Amino acid sequence: MSHLAPRTSHLAFRTYLGLSIFLLLAFLIGVMQGAVLLSPATILKILLRWAGVSVGTVTWLPADETILLQLRLPRVLGGALVGAALATAGVLFQGLLRNPLADPYIIGTSAGAGFAATVAMLLLPPASVLGFGSVALSAFVGGLFAVLVVYRLARVSGQMSVVSLLLAGVVVNTVLGYLGSLTIFLFEGSEFQLRRVFTWLMGGIAIHDPRQLWVVGPIIVCGIAVACGFANSLNALALGEEGAVAVGVDLDREANRVIGLGALLTGAAVSVSGLIGFLGLAVPHILRLAIGPEHRRLLPASALGGAALLILADAAARSVVAPAELPVGIFTALLGGPLFLFLLRRNGRERTWR
Amino acid sequence: MAVTAAIHLDGVRFAYPTGFALGGIDLRIAQGEMVAVLGPNGSGKTTLLKLMLGLLHPDTGEVRFNGRVLGAVRRRELARSIAMVPQEIALSFTMTTAEVALLGRTPYLRRFRGPSREDREAVGAAMAATDVLPFAGRPYDALSGGERQRVILAMALAQEPRLLLLDEPTRHLDLSHQLRILSLIQRFNRARGLTVVSAMHDLNLCALYFDRLILLSSGQVVADGPPDKVIQPDLLKEVFGVTVQVEPHPTRHIPWITILPDTA
Repeated sequence: MSHLAPRTSHLAFRTYLGLSIFLLLAFLIGVMQGAVLLSPATILKILLRWAGVSVGTVTWLPADETILLQLRLPRVLGGALVGAALATAGVLFQGLLRNPLADPYIIGTSAGAGFAATVAMLLLPPASVLGFGSVALSAFVGGLFAVLVVYRLARVSGQMSVVSLLLAGVVVNTVLGYLGSLTIFLFEGSEFQLRRVFTWLMGGIAIHDPRQLWVVGPIIVCGIAVACGFANSLNALALGEEGAVAVGVDLDREANRVIGLGALLTGAAVSVSGLIGFLGLAVPHILRLAIGPEHRRLLPASALGGAALLILADAAARSVVAPAELPVGIFTALLGGPLFLFLLRRNGRERTWR
Repeated sequence: MAVTAAIHLDGVRFAYPTGFALGGIDLRIAQGEMVAVLGPNGSGKTTLLKLMLGLLHPDTGEVRFNGRVLGAVRRRELARSIAMVPQEIALSFTMTTAEVALLGRTPYLRRFRGPSREDREAVGAAMAATDVLPFAGRPYDALSGGERQRVILAMALAQEPRLLLLDEPTRHLDLSHQLRILSLIQRFNRARGLTVVSAMHDLNLCALYFDRLILLSSGQVVADGPPDKVIQPDLLKEVFGVTVQVEPHPTRHIPWITILPDTA
């Protein structure tokens, strides 16, 4: 029964192979690009030497080594983690909420993290725990707290409904968003502070301390692995909530776990990157157009695609006006938008969403 | 004859917040029965099916499947025994016929795992039985109403249920497709002892294919029995407000109704 042993196996292989090559290329561009251009050969030699392999005489400047190992590598790895986390959370929320406009921030994370980060930047003294500043910590806690509030609001009658979750998310996002604006007006900061708030809200990979990666990395990698375990339930949700329950999905339990996991992934990403828009919305759509809506394939593919896309966007953000930097959110939209539209037009006849 | 009821409703009451209520239902349906649930729109047919599936929980009373209270059985386990064919499904994504049918295997899939060979075989068998294999690779949305209904049935049969609930399976189908789908369900009932409970509208089709009819009116069971007991002019006049004449079917030993429109 060849049509039943469907397009999965060899298509899945081709998908993962293609995305892995894309990610590898993005990685290479990510570590090469910047104010100082490093050649692939130099990069390879520095990495080999760092790993303890003898590569003969040192033919590069000591500064190159510092740039690669202290600045670029943590940043590219950070970008990969954040991109993977946001894209995975996007798939989780779009699948659970059955809504094409859902993104990782939809149930309150963005405004919760944004408000808390604004307060931290304007009012809190800089502190540091494991390389995380007060802004990063506030954003993480604020994002999760807002999700908790949204969740409680959506559960009033004991059972959770998707519609009330969406509505509560929109309301909490709006209210907290304006509370953030109010904070900016009331506590007039310096121009520097305001610029910092504005930049943070537009997103940017900020790894100040490699230790941050040792905290965020395991959370995101484990989170994505666990997310793949929800693929069958998310597939069944294509039938609607009652349909999913009828084929054996314990909807309440699965929804709770998916929401918690999505919020954790998003919170971890936001703590090192601010609010990077569009990526978590667009990457799942782009990959659904390319490989279909089946979640066992879509979840890992989105993680790979999101990682590659954010590395590229970040490379662009720090190269275009080097040595200054632009917020990376500008480039996730500028890179992801046209790609999204191209695929949407090409596959226009067989839309993936109904 | 001491038969264990496959599905047993005991004093079931259920009310929606909007006011409609199903009141005091006692029903025993044995394994292998083929039962039609009849009644006017809004009489509680779909609600009754959802209670039997455990999608809704009774306010008072109990629904038992093979002796166990539905609420105490895990969803996954329940879905391996009870399947539902809803009136229609609205997919959130474009999926092929085979992908939709494969969703019927959800209660058998393990976390982090795709369908096994056993799962694919079960889906293949269900799709062959419902004759949907020829369009396995076509998008579900591109199919006709009759084809879709058979795909949903294939999905439900892929669950390998012992109780099949159907919500007006012949709705929107032309006459030949109506007969085709009911014969198919009847074949599963006769050959494999699948218990069938189906909401229906067409009284003549009920008489042709079902052994037992349950007539609902305003959330109450007003008649329950074989077709010739339930299809009675005065009863139908009272429940549906329609005048009918009941005669024996020309070739079968079942009642056959002729509608007499009010000409007053």
